[in-house]
Amino acid sequence: MAESPAGESRAYYHNHDSDYERRAVVFSADDLRRAQVRIAHEIVERNHGATDVVLVGLHDRGPEIAHRLAGAIASFEGVQVPVGTLDVAFYRDDIGIRSVHPLGPTEVPVDVTGKIVVLIDDVLFTGRTIRAGLDALTELGRPQAIQLAVLIDRGHRELPIRADFVGKNLPTKISEDVRVRLRETDGSEDTIELWGPK
Amino acid sequence: MKHLLSISDLERSGIEAILDGAEHMASVLGREIPKVPALRGKTVANLFYEDSTRTRLSFETAAKRLSADTMTFTVASSSVKKGESLLDTVKTIEAMGIDALVVRHSAAGAPHRIAGWVDASVVNAGDGRHEHPTQALLDAFTLRRHRGPSLDGARIAIVGDVRNSRVARSGIECWTRLGAQVLVVGPPTLMPENLDGWPVTVQSNLDDVLGEIDVAYILRVQQERLGPAILPSLREYYMRYGLTADRAEQMKPDALVMHPGPMIRGPEIATEVADGPRSLIREQVANGIAVRMAVLWELIGSGGTL
Repeated sequence: MAESPAGESRAYYHNHDSDYERRAVVFSADDLRRAQVRIAHEIVERNHGATDVVLVGLHDRGPEIAHRLAGAIASFEGVQVPVGTLDVAFYRDDIGIRSVHPLGPTEVPVDVTGKIVVLIDDVLFTGRTIRAGLDALTELGRPQAIQLAVLIDRGHRELPIRADFVGKNLPTKISEDVRVRLRETDGSEDTIELWGPK
Repeated sequence: MKHLLSISDLERSGIEAILDGAEHMASVLGREIPKVPALRGKTVANLFYEDSTRTRLSFETAAKRLSADTMTFTVASSSVKKGESLLDTVKTIEAMGIDALVVRHSAAGAPHRIAGWVDASVVNAGDGRHEHPTQALLDAFTLRRHRGPSLDGARIAIVGDVRNSRVARSGIECWTRLGAQVLVVGPPTLMPENLDGWPVTVQSNLDDVLGEIDVAYILRVQQERLGPAILPSLREYYMRYGLTADRAEQMKPDALVMHPGPMIRGPEIATEVADGPRSLIREQVANGIAVRMAVLWELIGSGGTL
């Protein structure tokens, strides 16, 4: 799920806005595949293996990315890491400020207590989704550590949160959108694009 | 959506959105910590002018599972006994700062009146013989969980005192919107005088329909609303309309039995049926919390699309 800001004063994901145009292709399908493989390796390297690692994707695109990373880890490390999904809607701090809806089930197949949980999202923006994710996750147990992996870090943080694993750091303007499309969720070839006002 | 006063305020898509929301809530209730901070800082007041255990406790629990604060007002222990009017009582509660008001009242339309007086969201938790929308929604949710994604084509027989039943009225509206066919079964004296415009068929003989229905929805015999001219004897009622073990045997193998509660074992439903494998009665109660959480979330949390 792309991060959204807390206030309405800030523009957010202008999906249907015809005044927007594509400014750059940030990742092609091949670029994205390579970034995912690198992140998977970094996760295993950082944690000296993958035995205690649990990947937890934040809706709505995090779960798909988590499954891809798990597939990559299985292929080079021979370990099948558990994959879970997390919905943070009920933990957000902007309930009542904007429309908030659950995006999918929260399902973590193992007890996270004592595990190294890697939260996974597509775009890191204000940090507020991750803040909500931390609250949601700690109600499921007490992990040994929580790490964060994202495909794009677009800056503009509003909270003291940073990612441990980043596909690409992408400087953006507030008015711009980072648009992520994945095979599994969007039915098209994988791409990540930067859009902005015409 | 600002208020939930009547099922007729909702289209099929709105009903389905609430039921989908209830699935999320059910998953919250299944966790080790069955509570989320979604309505932190909100206050839900329950205003009950009529007796109720399950509905009041269900709403109270639903609000608490979403981290809302709750106040409960029951008429037996209130200033209403001293002569305070409904308007004054409502205004007093509102002055304490509330976001939602859950209302049960013996007068049909009371929640609608209250909705016109307050800024808070109003939920109808049963008004006289009129409506009980959250009951209809929780029944739909329970059935949907057993029948797959929809109620399309389900044949539901509502058995008993349809005339006095707000549960029947809301149920008929709700379930037909979701694609079910509803028939009402009971003695003519317990049928509404006029069924024009109701999307139901009427049957007076339960035994004739047992083999073709998917759900037997048994209503409570509301003895407080009935006199001897309407229902001469409970024994006779049981003979003709009670869901006995023999009758349950004649139902289709996968047919289900529901009851909104409180149930009276005996005249309406035999104990072995109420506690038997067809019965969804306990599930209905459990699902009531999830559905009421979804309703409260929709009204005062989500910022809504309904």
